[in-house]
Amino acid sequence: MLDDFMARAALAGIGVAVAAAPLGCFVVWRRMAYFGEATAHAAILGVAMALALDISIFAGALLVALIMAWIATQLSGRGYAMDTVLGVLAHSSLAVGLVVVSFLSGIRIDLMAYLFGDILAVSRFDIAIIWGGALLVIALIAWRWAPLLITTLNEELAYASGLNPNREKLILTLSLGVTVAVAIKVVGALLIVAMLVIPAAASRNLARTPETMVMIAGIIGAISALAGLKAAYIFDTPAGPSIVCVASVFFVTLSVIAAFKKKLV
Amino acid sequence: MKLVSVENLSVSYGANTVLRAVDLEIELGEIVTVVGPNGSGKTSLLKAIIGARQPAKGSVKLKPRLKIGYVPQRLNFDSTLPITVERFMRLTGNVDRKLCIPALETAGVPHLLKCQMSELSGGQFQRVLLAGALIKRPEILLLDEATQGLDQPGSAAFYRQIEAVRRDTGCAVLMISHDLHVVMSAADRVICLNGHVCCAGTPAAVASAPEYRELFGAGTGGALALYRHDHDHVHDHNHNHNHNLNTPEAAE
Repeated sequence: MLDDFMARAALAGIGVAVAAAPLGCFVVWRRMAYFGEATAHAAILGVAMALALDISIFAGALLVALIMAWIATQLSGRGYAMDTVLGVLAHSSLAVGLVVVSFLSGIRIDLMAYLFGDILAVSRFDIAIIWGGALLVIALIAWRWAPLLITTLNEELAYASGLNPNREKLILTLSLGVTVAVAIKVVGALLIVAMLVIPAAASRNLARTPETMVMIAGIIGAISALAGLKAAYIFDTPAGPSIVCVASVFFVTLSVIAAFKKKLV
Repeated sequence: MKLVSVENLSVSYGANTVLRAVDLEIELGEIVTVVGPNGSGKTSLLKAIIGARQPAKGSVKLKPRLKIGYVPQRLNFDSTLPITVERFMRLTGNVDRKLCIPALETAGVPHLLKCQMSELSGGQFQRVLLAGALIKRPEILLLDEATQGLDQPGSAAFYRQIEAVRRDTGCAVLMISHDLHVVMSAADRVICLNGHVCCAGTPAAVASAPEYRELFGAGTGGALALYRHDHDHVHDHNHNHNHNLNTPEAAE
């Protein structure tokens, strides 16, 4: 069945949705959306460098994403507001990445594939990488679940409970780097944050515990991936953006229903 | 039994030293209140005690395996994080479900177990945070501006609850606040902080200390006036003080 490009695409999309669900919830809870954006944009620079040095694109994207996340953490609280720091980092790394790619003569690169993803072209090896990354992210977050939640609620509370919030935040940064690196081929650098934030935000309307919010986010993400692929096939639209469109429809529909429910109560 | 001993503690943020040469000891069963204006290092002191801030100088020693119940000022989540009171309470201690109700009862809100945290009122929220700290049967409760956002009757009720908790469980309490008169009336010992320890002692002694007056005298006339009603023995002193403020000489 993996001979079929649609089946491979579906597996890749579900893999990204699975990795994005727990991480996306933390991105929403901790207001890290812009942080994710900076990390994802930096991955383009990683892709460019990987192509120039002829190393694995996954490794290049992961490395630069992690470096960017680290720099952003170090720079925060040093005079500039966090969103300013991230705005500078996100867009300058994207710009540098695009410029570096333009120097790579001789290699014909379809840059669009890395900006918006090329899910229909994923290979079996890509699927292995995506699912490996997804399982790693889930294992990391499951292992540190309660400490991560406590750190998110209040860092002093974490200290008083004998935890080290900095270590917990490192887990999230690492997970973000891995997720960006595996998702760049599927939805592209510009839409990765959409896969993190939109299913989680949509899920908030249904969930009453943190755990159910993660599970529902995963289900919404997976359905979005499948329905988006189907729509892309039928209407001949780009696959990555179609997936994000379906997720957005989920978000709008669930938010409207929740708003009406609140009015009725 | 000494639960916490802070010796010659200094805390710095970069080149900026916010806390200098602070000594503090807390024994089992006593309520200690730290008061001080904004930026006086109250929060830094609390952070140093829980290990969130490394001392630049001096030391913080805790009794081995000290059970700390920490009541934060607020939680950094808004309605985006769905969590029930019960789930929140069991999160920090990984404790048995059966322990939730007694802890909520001690905090005065046993009926809130199944509520969403985001749907609580300010007073309910603070009591749930208190219950979350009590569930581990702490030897010491640390409260960080626990009544911020509560009105005066709400704060007073909350501090009465703290006194009741101390009476029932025998734990020590260290709280920091700028909510002067209510906090002080509930304390055994008050430490007035402004980068260093200005003065310390019983609430009455601190309230009449010149260092304390210098910090809080003019700016919090209302709070001092209320405080005077609670403690008649400082009445005359306070009266003179306030009176002096009204003369043209003092106003300059």
